Amino acid sequence: MSIVQFENIHKHYQMGSEQVLALNGVSLSFDKGSFWAIMGPSGSGKSTMMNILGCLDRPTSGEYLLEDKNVGVLDDNSLSDIRLKYIGFVFQSFNLMPQLSVQKNIELPLYYLGWEADKSAERAKELAEKVGLSERLNHKPAELSGGQMQRVAVARSLAAQPHIILADEPTGNLDSHTGEQIMRLLTELNAEGTTIIMVTHEPDIAGYAKNRLHMKDGKVEKIE
Amino acid sequence: MHQSRFARNILLGIENLLQHKLRSFLTMLGVVFGVGSVVAMLAVGEGASREAMKQIEKLGSNNIIINSIKSIEEESTSTQRSHMSVYGLTYMDYQRINETFPNVRKSVPAKLIRKEARVEARTLELRIVGTTQEWFELVPRPILAGKIFGENEVKNIAPVVVLTEFGARKLLATKNTIGQTVRIGGDSFEVIGIIKSEAAQAGNIQIPDQQIDAYIPISTVKEYFGDIFLKVTSGSFTLEQIELHQIIVQADDIANVESTAIGIERMLKNFHKKADYEISVPLALLKQAEATKRRNAIVLGSIACISLLVGGIGIMNIMLASVTERTREIGIRRAIGARRSQIITQFLIEAVVLSTLGGIVGLAVGIGIPCIITYFSDMPTVITLGSILLPLFISVGIGIIFGLYPAVNAAKVDPIIALRHE
Ligand SMILES: Nc1ncnc2c1ncn2[C@@H]1O[C@H](COP(=O)(O)OP(=O)(O)OP(=O)(O)O)[C@@H](O)[C@H]1O
Ligand SMILES: [Mg+2]
Repeated sequence: MSIVQFENIHKHYQMGSEQVLALNGVSLSFDKGSFWAIMGPSGSGKSTMMNILGCLDRPTSGEYLLEDKNVGVLDDNSLSDIRLKYIGFVFQSFNLMPQLSVQKNIELPLYYLGWEADKSAERAKELAEKVGLSERLNHKPAELSGGQMQRVAVARSLAAQPHIILADEPTGNLDSHTGEQIMRLLTELNAEGTTIIMVTHEPDIAGYAKNRLHMKDGKVEKIE
Repeated sequence: MHQSRFARNILLGIENLLQHKLRSFLTMLGVVFGVGSVVAMLAVGEGASREAMKQIEKLGSNNIIINSIKSIEEESTSTQRSHMSVYGLTYMDYQRINETFPNVRKSVPAKLIRKEARVEARTLELRIVGTTQEWFELVPRPILAGKIFGENEVKNIAPVVVLTEFGARKLLATKNTIGQTVRIGGDSFEVIGIIKSEAAQAGNIQIPDQQIDAYIPISTVKEYFGDIFLKVTSGSFTLEQIELHQIIVQADDIANVESTAIGIERMLKNFHKKADYEISVPLALLKQAEATKRRNAIVLGSIACISLLVGGIGIMNIMLASVTERTREIGIRRAIGARRSQIITQFLIEAVVLSTLGGIVGLAVGIGIPCIITYFSDMPTVITLGSILLPLFISVGIGIIFGLYPAVNAAKVDPIIALRHE
């Protein structure tokens, strides 16, 4: 059963007189509970695809079904709600709030879900334990290593119990050892039933995924 | 502990502002001075107008005061031709006022004279008011000793005198002086009472007590001293004949004061060839004072608005900078699932917290300054509930007005671009 489905998705950017075809007719279908690695050369449209998958961006044309709902017809507020409830993002550059403690960073989605403070604190502690950062709850991101920061980001992406985790080069800023730690974490999550879609350049990292999708020039090159 | 969403939003705002303490403080300062100056100005303005009102009210808002004045033509002709100038209010005027106007409850005539007085060996010039017993009803004063004169004394042309506290002190009179004789202008008067003086007030039209030493029944004054006065001005003598120096009229109702004043004015105009009288109506002054107060409020209000505007622009400036600086933060929040409206709320709350804190501190400053003013000068200042609430509301409003544009800007940030922002 597919959780996301692209029907001939195009994404065009107008750069002055030139038109960039970031996505040039992509059709795909990822199943619920799957673990995908998206690969391809720089500029092949991987991040663009992730943004559309995550409802941060809209395609120029084509149809995107998320859990069989047509996302194209939704307004900005509904897309925000989908991001909040269905999707967790993990970025290459972690994107934590520097002024907030680890705990507050993890709680962020719960704040927008309107959770009560004590309940969300409890949940944050749970998640910190899951990613092995129980001792760091009151630290600021600047006091953490890259691997620890990325684990906080994963914990944050999990807070609202999303159906899909979108990770754009989650190990891009990490050494291979810490990168493996993150991958084990993601594999674990996938085993618990969360669908994971991940962009990576590294074949080692891609090896953790169950499926691989290769992009080239805004098109799907091959699937394995 | 259950915090409401609103309280959490405010705490979040405060936390964010604490990230940049100095910057937040400096931004707040604009509102602090704005609100402070509003509160201080309102307090000083209110104090001044209350003071004016109090003085006017002391004159009696039901009263109409008519004074004799030397008309301008009289002033210029008297020295050349006649050696006697006749002007001012007359006994007839007094009688006519009493008989003509149904809305006059009572009217009090007064002659103001200066006479040499002698007690034992001391000789002094006394400032004397010749009037009726009704004077004491219009201008009630506590009796310190003895009694005041009544209708009988006025009717019987009794040679009696009531001293004011001030006059008594001048004459070194004591309670024992009651019943004794004072010689005034060569005649003997019995001291029947001493009444309390009240301090003279600036701008008081009625003769303040400190300028009065004694009261004598008007009939007695007329009988003993007549209506002709010798006036010495710059070395030359003029004789002046004035029957009454002042008539105080009390209307039966505050609603009839102005119409009665107009009627009296019209009547006096009929019977006086020269404009040798002057009518003043405390109520009109009261209304004037109120109008002045309103005008002051508008002027002060606009100045205050300018200073608050400056504070508001400061907030807007800093919030715009903050939005640019926190583009990435906005991107993260949006990616996580924050709605545009939630981003607006977040930045708006920060602006409002900033301006409201500024408002509260400004309030303290604004209350402190008038207290210092009152302490070091005796300028009265009054802080009303309104002068506290208004600036507070305004400071909240300023946060909303000047925070809205930056907040909307923040919500317009494209999350994809924001996330790439370094
Ligand atoms: N906002 C934008 N405006 C204009 N062009 C854009 C924009 N975003 C992406 N592009 C263009 O679209 C194409 C695909 O970009 P995308 O970021 O999806 O590539 P990518 O596969 O993620 O590359 P990389 O591996 O370097 O991250 C590129 O040519 C890029 O220049
Ligand atoms: Mg990319």
